[in-house]
Parts: sequence; C-alpha cells; structure tokens
Amino acid sequence: MLEIKNLHVKLADEDKVILRGLDLSIGAGEVHAIMGPNGSGKSTLSYVLSGREGYEVTDGSAKLLGEELLEMEPEARAAAGLFLAFQYPVEIPGVGNMTFLRTALNAQRKARGEEEVSAGDFLKLVREKAKTLKIDAEMLKRPVNVGFSGGEKKRNEILQMAMLEPKMCILDETDSGLDVDAMKLVSDGVNALRDAGRSFLVITHYQRLLDHIKPDVVHIMAAGRIVKTGGPELALEVENNGYADLLAEVQA
Amino acid sequence: MAAVDMEVRDGVDRETIETVQAMSGSYKYGWATDIEMDYAPKGLSEDIVRLISEKNAEPEWMLEWRLAAYRRWVKMEEPRWAMLHYPEIDYQDQYYYAKPKSMAVKPKSLDEVDPKLLATYEKLGIPLKEQYILAGVEAPEGERKVAVDAVFDSVSVGTTFKAELAKAGVIFCSISEAVREYPDLVKQYLGTVVPQSDNFFATLNSAVFSDGSFVYIPKGTRCPMELSTYFRINAENTGQFERTLIIADEGSYVSYLEGCTAPKRDTHQLHAAVVELVILKDAEVKYSTVQNWYPGDENGKGGIYNFVTKRADCRGDNAKVMWTQVETGSAITWKYPSCILRGDNSQGEFYSIAIANNAQQADTGTKMIHLGKNTKSRIVSKGISAGRAQNTYRGLVSMHPKATNSRNYTQCDSLLIGDKCGAHTVPYIEVKNNSSRVEHEATTSKVDEDQLFYCRSRGMDEEAAVALVVNGFCKDVLQALPMEFAMEAQSLVAISLEGSVG
Ligand SMILES: Nc1ncnc2c1ncn2[C@@H]1O[C@H](COP(=O)(O)OP(=O)(O)OP(=O)(O)O)[C@@H](O)[C@H]1O
Ligand SMILES: [Mg+2]
Repeated sequence: MLEIKNLHVKLADEDKVILRGLDLSIGAGEVHAIMGPNGSGKSTLSYVLSGREGYEVTDGSAKLLGEELLEMEPEARAAAGLFLAFQYPVEIPGVGNMTFLRTALNAQRKARGEEEVSAGDFLKLVREKAKTLKIDAEMLKRPVNVGFSGGEKKRNEILQMAMLEPKMCILDETDSGLDVDAMKLVSDGVNALRDAGRSFLVITHYQRLLDHIKPDVVHIMAAGRIVKTGGPELALEVENNGYADLLAEVQA
Repeated sequence: MAAVDMEVRDGVDRETIETVQAMSGSYKYGWATDIEMDYAPKGLSEDIVRLISEKNAEPEWMLEWRLAAYRRWVKMEEPRWAMLHYPEIDYQDQYYYAKPKSMAVKPKSLDEVDPKLLATYEKLGIPLKEQYILAGVEAPEGERKVAVDAVFDSVSVGTTFKAELAKAGVIFCSISEAVREYPDLVKQYLGTVVPQSDNFFATLNSAVFSDGSFVYIPKGTRCPMELSTYFRINAENTGQFERTLIIADEGSYVSYLEGCTAPKRDTHQLHAAVVELVILKDAEVKYSTVQNWYPGDENGKGGIYNFVTKRADCRGDNAKVMWTQVETGSAITWKYPSCILRGDNSQGEFYSIAIANNAQQADTGTKMIHLGKNTKSRIVSKGISAGRAQNTYRGLVSMHPKATNSRNYTQCDSLLIGDKCGAHTVPYIEVKNNSSRVEHEATTSKVDEDQLFYCRSRGMDEEAAVALVVNGFCKDVLQALPMEFAMEAQSLVAISLEGSVG
C-alpha cells in the first residue's frame, strides 16, 4: 500500500532538517502505529505525504500503490486514496460542513472519472455515517470546525474519512483531546472501516487508543527516523517505561 | 467625520500566483451575437438626444427633460475623487444608441422577437419564455415564477408574465413604454430620487437613457412573483444607459433582480445607469444585482466602465429597502447604492460582495442618510481583491439632527489573494444628534494557506478551494440574495476568481 524509502525532508525556508532517512512499508489491510517523542517529526511525515507546502524533500520516495506521491498535487494524492486526519483540523468560516464534504467527495470522484453523488444520495449517506459517530444534524450544518470543541473536531475528521473512503488513512493524534466515550466512538469508526483494501497509519502518544484500534505493527520514531519496529507489545513498553530506555538501546 | 485608508499588501507564494495566472482568463459570457444593428451616429449632441427621444416615440415633455439634462451635462466635469485610474473617456467617440434591426418595429409579443436575440438570452441562461429565471438551477422552493424584462444594448426585448402581473395591478414594462403608457406616474417620480443634477454620470444618463425597466406596485399589493431585468451590451463602442424606476406604493412589496453581461471587446465600453426606488409608507423593496459585465483581459485590455447611480428613497414611515449586490465584472466599478431614510422608523440595508481580479478596479459602497426618527441601517460589505486589482469600500453614514434614536451597523471585511492587490476602506461618519449610534467594524485578511491546504487534502483543486473559502467569506451577503440568485452568485464567485489564487 504505502512504501516510503529513505525519506529526507528539511524546511523549505530554513536549514532545519526534520526527516533523516525514514523507511516505512505498510501492506494492504494493515494497521501500523507510530509513537515517538514530541518533535520527532511525526506530523511532518504526515504533512509531507499529503503535500503541504513549506517542506523540501531532499531525498527518497513515497509510493502509494506503486505511484510516486511526492510529485503529485495534494488533491491528486487525495483522489489516489490518501487521507490525513489532521492533528489540528482547520476552521473554515462560512462554509457549511455538509457543503465542504460534498464538494470534497465530488471533486475526488470527478478526478477519478466517476459520477458525482446526487444531493439526495449524499444526504442519506452523510446522515447515516454521522449518526454512528454521534455527530448531530446541527453540527453538519455549522461551518467547518468553527466553534467545534477539540473532540468534535476529531470526530469530524473521522466523518470525513468515512465519507471519502480512502485507501491509506493517516491519523495524526486523533485520540488527543478525546474523552473516554469519544475515544470509543472514534475507534469504532476506524474499526468499521478496516478492510483488506484499506490501511492505517495511526500516530499516537498513548497505548489507550491502541487498546481499541489493535495495530499489526508499532514503530518508534526519533529524530526523523524509524528507530525500532515491533508488535503491539512495543506500545506497552513505551507506556510503562517511556522512550529513554528504548532510545538508549537503539543508540547503543 | 472620519476617513481611514488602509492598504495591505501581503506576501503569498509566487508559485501559486503563477499557477493561477496560467489558468486564467475565462469569461463565460464573452461571445458576441451577430445581429444587424441600427446605430445613431457616433458622438453626443442635442441632435442625438432628439434622435433617441424620437426613436422611442416620446412625448415632448420627455424630450425637454432630456435636453435640460444634456445642457447641464456639457458644463459638468467628470468626478475624479474615486480611487480609480483610467484614461480619459472620449464621450464623442461612443455610440449612444444601438438597436437590433429586427427590432425596428417593436415586437408585439415574444413570438415576434428575433430568434437570434432569444438564443442570446438562452445562452445567458435566461429562459425568457420559460418559468424559471435560470435554466438548470435547482429551485428548492418549487416552481417560483420570475417575470423577466431583457434589455439588449439600447432596447428592451420583451417582458414575460405581463398579463399575470397586470391582474395584480403591477406594472412591469420597459421605461420607454412607461413614458408612453403611464406618463403621469413617470412624470411624478422620474428624477425625484436621483435628480438630473446629481452627478456627471447621472446627468449624462438623464440626457441619453435609451431603455430600462419600470415597475409600479399598487397600494397594499405584494408582487406575486420576483421581477427581473437582464442587461446585455452587445454592440461595439456602444454605451449602455439604462434607467430603472421602481415605485412601491403604500404597504406594497417587491423583490427585484438585475443581471448584467457583455461580450469580450478590446475596447472599453461605457455603462452609466440610474436606478431610482421610491418607497412609500409601509412598503418594502428588495433590489438584488449580479453584475457580471466583461472585466477586460488580465492586462486590463477592454472591459466595461461601470458608473452607476442607484438610490432608494424611503419616503414614508416604516419603509424598508434592501440592496444586495454581487459585483464581479467590469474593468471599473463606480457604484454606491444609497438609502435615504426619510420616513420615521424606515430601514435601509446594504449587502455587498465586490470581487476585483487581474487589472479590475472597484470603488463601491453605500450611503445611508438618516433623516427620520428611529431609522435603522445595516451595511455588510465583503471586498475580495486578487491579481493586481484595487478594491475600495467607500461608505457614508449620516445621522441628521432630527434622526433621533437611529442606528447604524457597518461591517466591512476585505480579503486579499496574492501580494499585488490592494484593499481600502474609506468610511465617512457624521452624527448630528446625541441619541443615535453608529458602529463600524472592519477587517482585512489574506486568504489562509492552511484553509486552502485543508480543502486540497480533501481532494479539491486549488481553484475550487479558493472558491469555497471565498464563498464562505461572503456567506452573510450570499444569504441575503434570493435563493436562485444565490446559487448563480456562488458559481460566479468561482468563475471570477479563476486564475487568481494566492
Ligand atoms: N513549519 C515549521 N517551521 C518550523 N519548525 C517546524 C515546522 N514544521 C516542523 N517543525 C519542527 O520540526 C520538528 C518536528 O515537528 P513535528 O510537528 O513533525 O513533530 P511531532 O513528532 O509531530 O511532534 P508532536 O508529538 O509534538 O506532535 C519540531 O522540532 C518542529 O518544531
Ligand atoms: Mg505532531
């Protein structure tokens, strides 16, 4: 599904290097988790994959289903099946949540040469998905993320994901700011989307989320690189002991 | 009196701007219709004024009115106070009257109208003969009827639903017809809101106006459908000078829509219209405009010079007027739809979206003149500048000594796309009594890169993302438009920003 090789990234306007030779390979249907200290480059990785400006790729490649992502426009990456649930979802005043979703969905469909979804079908679909995430009709009408609580914003990201049905989903700290019930809702939402043709990369600091969304593989990221890869037990180790021992072991 | 001038030029990635420029230049209505025209000779003189009057088969009093305006105009000077730059207009190098030859004898019904003309309107999406104002637009509230008057260059082509309106006692016809058929009404009201002497362009219009729409809503009548006029400039080197007069008698209501387009021409074309609204006691008028004249190419070649005087006079107590405008076209826009709040408790509202892209210049706003007690006004202005465009909001709020307990609220927001455009806000505020209150809020911001990226990461291309974000920025104004128009306006926002992204 996603194949990242030797990715080197620096800030476009500064000499600061953030990713230093990152390798990551995610197979179809797999769920991978990335953990790592603050500032290790996790969000940067997700932004670079989705095509945000401000970063310069100095080396390496990232392929989605064999296609080079790094040369595509952000919207082409989305149409190809990439989705990023933002760590900090953006507010768009005056644009209704529904309008936003429908515009996005139809834009992707158009790019793939598919028919647009009719207003009626769309409405049915969005109501159904919103219901399972306990997003009420009121929230669907409000402007995108404006005045949403932290948890509402995160649930809204998952709603978008459910509507757009991407192939490769990156969740950047979707669990932060969620209360216990919301965490369950979001996890259920994600689990419902688990499928042989869909993969997940879950960025998190906490074992708690991984209790709900059981990862196949856990990676530890430090200073712009994957430094250790293992099974779910690795997340428990982080939870119990922090990163210090792990990183020392790697450096040794 | 306060005058604030802020100019903001902000840095946005050059690459985005270049991308946008590469995609630019697609004015949807830029074709011309090949129809044989009947022109009056170029230039302006008393003879031309007489000829226009004669072509319209006008009575003597109308001719005298025009001539008085003409004689005044030759002594006037073009105003230069607006923040607009353009080469001197040669008023003798224009045609002041053009009429499709097939209209030489006025058609009795729409069936007699030149099919080419009707085809033009159809291309513009105005189904003259149909029940909807816009083909292909969802009408969520069911089949709403809209009566349409269409003006092509200098003459009115046809008015739909005349019979049905007549049943309600509503008069909706071209102004030239009104001069002939309803001279008393025209005599009583023409020039009483915008006097002949008002300003250079209004005076010019008074001398040479060739057609336009006339509306009279009788006492206590709610107009049974929305009324609409479409203006199209087709002929080259031709000025269009339409004149609209709407009279809402006591306790009546009407919603009126106005749309405008013009073909692509290398030369600048002049448009100087006058709109007068007379609103009597307890009456209400909503006047919405979607102005989409040809803006010129990205280098500022061609395009319409749009100098328009629009004013509403709330003559009676509790009279209400609401101006809503979406100004996306024209090389130059000079336009300040105003409200004279004469009656006690009368209300004026002004909602405006002005988009200036490429080399366009817009200097637009409103005047709220509070004369009566307890009068209220509200101004919501959204200015969007892109390319090298300059966009100025100019607004006057004036509370006279007798306008006690009056209120104004002004909100004026500017959005900048790219780093070569400018936004200016010039509010004038005069309060001459102690019990009235004026509030003014203004913001200037740059289109947000994070918002654009968020949209793009969900699959929208850059233009769609900009259109969405800008439509969100304009939401308060779009909501003020009638439903059908709101949808057209939304797509117009997208079209007029093509090639503008920052
Ligand atoms: N646009 C930027 N300008 C300046 N520094 C940046 C920028 N983007 C990232 N960085 C820096 O790069 C490093 C990696 O940031 P990133 O947000 O990717 O970390 P993270 O692993 O997601 O951290 P956290 O766990 O706190 O979310 C940090 O030191 C951060 O300050
Ligand atoms: Mg992060």
